[in-house]
Amino acid sequence: MFPNRAAVEGVGEAMELAEVKGRSLWADARTRFFRNRAAVVSLIMLMLVAGFALFGGAFAEYENDFVDFSLIGSNAYKGVPSVETGHYFGTDSNGRDLFARTVQGTGISLMVGVVGALVAVIVGTLYGATAGYYGGRVDGLMMRIVDVLMSIPFMFVLILMLVIFGRSIFMLFLGIGLISWLDMARIARGQTLTIKNKEFVEVAVATGVHPVKIILRHIVPNLLGIVIVYATLLVPNMIIFESFISFLGLGVQEPATSLGALINEGSRTMQFGYYWQIAYPLFFFVVTIFAFFFVGDGLRDALDPKDR
Amino acid sequence: MTLRTKLLASTSALLIASTGALYADAHATHPETGEALASDQTFVYRDLDESPSIDPGLAEDSAGGDILRDLFEGLYNQDAAGNLAPGVALSHTVSDDNLTYTFTLRDNAMWSNGDRVTAGDFEYAWKRAASPELASPYSWFIELMALENASEVIAGDADPSELGVTAIDDTTLEVRLVQPLPYFAQMLTHFTTFPVHQPTVEEFGSDWTKPGNMVSNGAYVLTEHVPQEKLVRARNEMYWDNENTIIEEVTSLVINDENVALTRYLAGELDRTDVPAGQFPRLAAEYPEQAVSVPLSCSYYYMFNLRDGAPDEIQNADVRKALSLAIDRDIIVENVLAGGQEPAYTFTHWATAGFETPDIPMATMTQEERNAMAVELMTAAGYGPDNPLEIDLVYNTSESHKSVAVAVSQMWKQTLGVETVLANQEWQTFLEARSNGDYEVARGGWCADYNEASTFLDLMQSESGYNDSKYVNPEVDDLLAEAKTSSNAQANYDAVEEFIAQDTPIIPIYHYASVKMFAENLEGWPFENFQQNWYSKDLYKIAE
Amino acid sequence: MLSFVVRRLAVAIPTLLILVVLSFILMYSAPGGPFNSERPLPPEVLANIEAKYGLDQPFWKQIVNYVSGVVTSFDFGPSFQYKDRTVNDVIAQGFPVTLTYGFWSFVVAVTVGVSLGVAAAIKQNSWLDYLAVGISIGAQVLPNFVMAPILLLVFTLWLGWLPGGGWEGGQWNYLIMPVIALSTSYMASIARITRSSMLEVLNTNFIRTAQAKGLPMRRVIWRHAMKPTILPVLSYLGPAFVGMITGSVIIDVFFSTGGIGQFFVNSAFNRDYSVIMGITILVGTLTILFNLLVDILYAWIDPKIRY
Repeated sequence: MFPNRAAVEGVGEAMELAEVKGRSLWADARTRFFRNRAAVVSLIMLMLVAGFALFGGAFAEYENDFVDFSLIGSNAYKGVPSVETGHYFGTDSNGRDLFARTVQGTGISLMVGVVGALVAVIVGTLYGATAGYYGGRVDGLMMRIVDVLMSIPFMFVLILMLVIFGRSIFMLFLGIGLISWLDMARIARGQTLTIKNKEFVEVAVATGVHPVKIILRHIVPNLLGIVIVYATLLVPNMIIFESFISFLGLGVQEPATSLGALINEGSRTMQFGYYWQIAYPLFFFVVTIFAFFFVGDGLRDALDPKDR
Repeated sequence: MTLRTKLLASTSALLIASTGALYADAHATHPETGEALASDQTFVYRDLDESPSIDPGLAEDSAGGDILRDLFEGLYNQDAAGNLAPGVALSHTVSDDNLTYTFTLRDNAMWSNGDRVTAGDFEYAWKRAASPELASPYSWFIELMALENASEVIAGDADPSELGVTAIDDTTLEVRLVQPLPYFAQMLTHFTTFPVHQPTVEEFGSDWTKPGNMVSNGAYVLTEHVPQEKLVRARNEMYWDNENTIIEEVTSLVINDENVALTRYLAGELDRTDVPAGQFPRLAAEYPEQAVSVPLSCSYYYMFNLRDGAPDEIQNADVRKALSLAIDRDIIVENVLAGGQEPAYTFTHWATAGFETPDIPMATMTQEERNAMAVELMTAAGYGPDNPLEIDLVYNTSESHKSVAVAVSQMWKQTLGVETVLANQEWQTFLEARSNGDYEVARGGWCADYNEASTFLDLMQSESGYNDSKYVNPEVDDLLAEAKTSSNAQANYDAVEEFIAQDTPIIPIYHYASVKMFAENLEGWPFENFQQNWYSKDLYKIAE
Repeated sequence: MLSFVVRRLAVAIPTLLILVVLSFILMYSAPGGPFNSERPLPPEVLANIEAKYGLDQPFWKQIVNYVSGVVTSFDFGPSFQYKDRTVNDVIAQGFPVTLTYGFWSFVVAVTVGVSLGVAAAIKQNSWLDYLAVGISIGAQVLPNFVMAPILLLVFTLWLGWLPGGGWEGGQWNYLIMPVIALSTSYMASIARITRSSMLEVLNTNFIRTAQAKGLPMRRVIWRHAMKPTILPVLSYLGPAFVGMITGSVIIDVFFSTGGIGQFFVNSAFNRDYSVIMGITILVGTLTILFNLLVDILYAWIDPKIRY
């Protein structure tokens, strides 16, 4: 369910390569990225989706929690998508405007994805870089801990956490982030091991720079490429993950919603012919995830100049 | 023989066989109504979830009750209208002080292994259900029956053998109560009072409810049980009334998702399933013979937290009343649920036996009048657009509770400008929060234990363990106490309902209905039975 | 190699202990006990029940009793929710079900995924490639709680080909929809990984040399390219396997298969501590074993890797 480690590690090698050649890796990568048509189109799509989530609310005729009582229970003929009524995407089963809810749900889903990935990446990178930098026994211990945590069925633990501490967005971020930093830690450690022996690090060590500073100033920046690729590939997985949590009824609280929650509701009324209730949220869900996958792939290819 | 003649011969053989079958089928008719019966007499229905137990002593949910009423038979059954019908007991007499019941049992009742069902089996089962050793979550039912020494036995202060039930001989059972209970005989249709077969329980221990081990005395025996998947029961040849049983095999399938269950019903895999909230009108139009809604003995309400230390704003009765007035129950029952539920202005379900719904002023007003009055009350209490009231509303996770909560919060917002924070909690957390008083407004639902108004109204009694609002009103307590012994309790119940409407410790929202799909050829369902207690032995399928 | 296996197994034991203690503490601190219901139990009844299950004892004693029961006699205790059964009963009934459809989903995901990925890579930029990529991304994106009801509508209601749920001991027609719903997204991931891995391998020198020598393409693929291609796929199999076990929640809800996933979620909601612990330990053990197996396979295929 999480991005494949082997697929990301190539980026690290590529970065070393660029270093050797003394060219600007980033300028190169940018050119390569913009030559990848699928990735560029996806990036534009992503911006459109983000724009929809941020500014779509301005076009909504209704609040996302406003219930039109005359529409409850008469979805089949009155709650249909229509420009005239102002319900561009129709209404949900509770008589609320689906357009406004989709806007809001897209926002939450994007946020869960991005923040979840961010938590994972920050924790994972720092952890991995620290382990890799110190090496030896510290490394051994830290990586054993990762091994141990990796064999815990985290989906189960997350369900327990949400059940026990009650659901909240914070809990969701924490839970999702906690699950997904392990892979990042391993990748970051592996890369750090090679960076550590570079001259600039050795110089820093010799001049007595504090280890924390070395990790933050010299090692982490050199992990950036790999981190970005991993994070981009992690976001869609976080969004899918959140949708599963919503399916279990452990997602965000009403009246807030997420794409996963909307899709879940829509899938229940699908058989009654209210296709729009699943179609619109699913469309945004699919587009977002597609786009993140393609952008992630594009970034990886751009940062890893091996001809694929 | 040429090919042609061969063909002819086989066709005629086929013809004979099929007419034979037709002939046989046509002869199977219902003994009373004379309807032609279908050759396939199996009944398959959906259960939401696996029941915690199918041991009569330990069972605790109504789905388990459905299963147990097929497998076991208590002293009395209910008929299609919910009245008492003879079960293992033929009749009973009551002493003059209404404290001693003597039951006469039939002598032809058999366990599925051929043993006779005796009064001793009941005595054993009841003492077992009350014993701390079994630690049944339903042992309180024995206490509710007011059996002599029941509380002491449960608390461990008396030996189970001291429970007020004695088998005088094989067909005579004597029961002693500590207080008169007008509805005592009604309670004997409940599964906790069903007999169990002592040698089987003692031989297998907690494994005795597994297929192959279980010995039962109902119209059916357990043949297969795969938890979370299905439970199959087949005709019990030893049942005393076996010749009148028509359904051969009953299967309950555990299907968690009601929409999946509906799909499978429509695909012909089920004979009975639940109608998802809001889908009744559509299904009733499309399948008028199959979609059925009948009153069910439960009330749906919101409760306020009236404990000391609970948020101040809801301690004002006018605010509570305004919130109650602003809920448009008609929208909730007609649009949100749309399953034949009835709007509620009283706590007691309108269809409760012997209960006349009193004239609560609110009930006769139009919604505009109610809204106007609500706004007036709120303004008087000092809340308005510039000082909006904020309220937390908790409900347990479920699609239909969510729909009701969303609608109610919007009614409060649109009419009164109240800001509602919705919080759904999963079941155990919710119950804990509610009984600890850790809420402002919470959802509640209450189902009748027996068919009489006090089963609802006793919740308003100050000391009641189920009074999660902690509503305290001495006058209500007095009225309820008086009703226990009064010959005409209706006046007391009217007065209590008046208090509820005035003080608004709870907001009654609607009275439940049982909304189901039934296969077209399934007959004999007890739609009139208010508690929806059904027995597979009364069902049958007619030929189409 | 042997010492590696031994070392990994040695880590597994403290891991499991941590898991046990962690979930025990989590459950213990949860609001709401296993015996709450709409109708609160009278205190004396509750006391009887708690005494029966040993919940009246101090925390440390409960956990010690529990662990010693598990370690010495493989006894996971009675279920609090299903009063007629023990945790061992619940697992014995639910686990084979999950394992059966999990196994078939795994087989389908790997075989179809790898074939699709290889085919797409060999015919890069052909219609086959685009189709394969399209299918695999589409399949990965569609949540299986959407796919399951769609399958039900199509195959059960409209076409009437397949039963809409149940298990019936795992007959093939009851298996089809669960396997499709569970395997699709993993199949898609495997196809994507295989494709990009194969593309990379095909561009390496040794494959080019093999091709230059005039070896037939089929042979190049099978003899030379397959092994290195499969490595990244292998490292995905561990998480995929765990995902399938946890994904059984959705399968059990929609197809009423009665597997372990449904028991787990129900128990978490009902605070059925012992069942939760039993299932968590079981799945944790399996995860550890499976990851170990994958690592051994990895080392076997790629002798360069040293542990």
